[in-house]
Amino acid sequence: MNETVTVLLDALPYVLQGAAITVTAVVGAMFLGLFIGVPLAVGQVYGHWTVRTLCGLYVWFFRGVPILVLLFLFYFGLFNFMGLNLSAVAAATVVLGMTSGAYQSQIFRGSILSLSKGQLKAARALGMSDGLAIRSIILPQALRLSIPGWSNEYSIILKDSALAFVLGASEIMARTHFVASRTYQHLPMYVSAAVLYFLLTWAGVVALRALEKRVRIKGYVH
Amino acid sequence: MANMNTKTPLMRVHGISKELGGREILRSVSLDLYEGEMKVLIGPSGGGKSTLLQCMNYLLVPDRGEIELEGRRVDPRKARELCEFRQHVGMIFQDFNLFDHLTATENVSIALRKVKGMSRAQAKARAKAELDRVGLADKGHLYPAELSGGQKQRVSIARALAMDPKVMLLDEPTSALDPELVSEVLTVIRGLAQNGMTMVMATHQMGFTRSLADEVLFMQEGRIIEQGSPKDLLAEGSGTRTLDFCSQILDVEGAGA
Ligand SMILES: Nc1ncnc2c1ncn2[C@@H]1O[C@H](COP(=O)(O)OP(=O)(O)O)[C@@H](O)[C@H]1O
Ligand SMILES: [Mg+2]
Repeated sequence: MNETVTVLLDALPYVLQGAAITVTAVVGAMFLGLFIGVPLAVGQVYGHWTVRTLCGLYVWFFRGVPILVLLFLFYFGLFNFMGLNLSAVAAATVVLGMTSGAYQSQIFRGSILSLSKGQLKAARALGMSDGLAIRSIILPQALRLSIPGWSNEYSIILKDSALAFVLGASEIMARTHFVASRTYQHLPMYVSAAVLYFLLTWAGVVALRALEKRVRIKGYVH
Repeated sequence: MANMNTKTPLMRVHGISKELGGREILRSVSLDLYEGEMKVLIGPSGGGKSTLLQCMNYLLVPDRGEIELEGRRVDPRKARELCEFRQHVGMIFQDFNLFDHLTATENVSIALRKVKGMSRAQAKARAKAELDRVGLADKGHLYPAELSGGQKQRVSIARALAMDPKVMLLDEPTSALDPELVSEVLTVIRGLAQNGMTMVMATHQMGFTRSLADEVLFMQEGRIIEQGSPKDLLAEGSGTRTLDFCSQILDVEGAGA
C-alpha cells in the first residue's frame, strides 16, 4: 500500500506534464478543427455544387477512417512523404484537428440550417453581400448555437488524444504506461489516468458552459 | 398624391415571371411606381404577393422580365450591382427578421457600418435617430427577444429607413402581430406615406388601404387582375373582384371580433 502511494506521488509530476501535452494537443486540435470546420460548413450549406461535393468528400473521408489509421497514415506516410518533419505530438494534433474539422463542420452546418432563412434574406435586403451576411449575421448566431456540440466534441477529442500514444507522443497515456510497466503498479496508475481524463473532460465542459453563458443573447431561446 | 402622367416612374417592373417548384407563381406582372406613391397589393393567400415583392429587390431573381430603378436596369448576375440596388430598395418582412444576436440599435447600425462604411459612432447616432423616428428611442439596448412584435416591426422599419431607400417594399407588415399591436406599426407606415416615401405594400388592412393607397393592385394566381384607385375598386356595388374579396375578409374579421 505504502509503495503504491509512493509510486503515485512520484509519478504525479511526470504524468501531469503529460497532461499539459495532452491539453495542448486537444486545444490545438479544437482550434484547427474550428478553422477547418467553419469554411467546410459554409461551403456545404451555401457553396456551388462543386464546392459542396469537395467539402462532402473531406467530411466523408475523415469520418469514415479510424483515427488510428489516420494517425499512421499521416505520421508515417503522408507527412514523411511531404518532407514534413513533425513531432509525434504535432502530428497527432494536426490529425485530430483535421478529423475534428469534419465533425465540427457537421455541428456548424446543423446550427446554420437551424437559423431562419429570413436572417439571410434580411441581410441581403440591406445590401450586404453573401460573404458579409454570413460573417456578420449567420456565423455569430450559428457559433453560439454550436457551443453545446462543441463541448461534446471536446470530450471526444480529449479521449481520442490517448491514441497519440502509439506514435510515441509523450502524453498522459504514454507516461502512465511507462510508469506502470516499470513499477508494476498497473491498476493504480491506470485508475489515476482515468481520473485525470475524467477531470479534464469535466473542466472543459464546465469552461464551455461558462462560455455559452457569457455569450448568451438575452431572451434568445432557440 | 403622386403625379402620374408627367414624370417617368421611379421604379418600373416589366413583364416579371417566376417559376418556383415547377409552378408558375408570377405570370408577366408589370407595374410602374411613381415617386411618393403608395401601392397596395391585395389578394388571396398564395396569389404571388410575397413572390412579387421579393422579385422587386431581387431576393428572388425573376425568370423573365425587367426591373428598372430611376431608369437604370440592374444585372442580377453582377453581385456588386445587386448589393447596390438592394440598398435603395428597403424590405419589410411579415415576421420582422431582426438579427437575433444584435440589439435594436445594432440591428439598425450594422449595415450602416459594414455596407455604407460609416464609423461606429456615426452609425450609432443614425441608428438612434431612426429608432427615435419610430418611437423606440428608449429601446435601443434591447435584443429582439425582449421586444414585442410591434416593437420588432418598428425596429425593422428603422433598419430599412436608415439605408435611405428610394422605395420601400412591405410584405404584410402587420399580419404576424397581435391585434392590439397593429396600430402602432400602421401609424409609423402612415407617417412614411405622408412624408412622401414611395412604397408597395401587401396588406389586408382595408381601412388603411382606403385612406392611404394611391392604387390598389388585386393579385390572384400570379397576375394583377384588377388595379385602380381604392375609391373605384372598393365602391359599393362596383362589382369588382377586389370588393368581393374585401367583403369576405371583413366578414371573417367581423365574425372573429
Ligand atoms: N420556394 C418556393 N417553392 C415552391 N413554391 C413556392 C415557393 N415560394 C412560394 N411558393 C408558392 O408560390 C405561391 C405564391 O406564394 P406567395 O408569393 O407567398 O403568395 P402570397 O404572398 O400572395 O400569399 C404559393 O402557392 C406558394 O406555395
Ligand atoms: Mg405572402
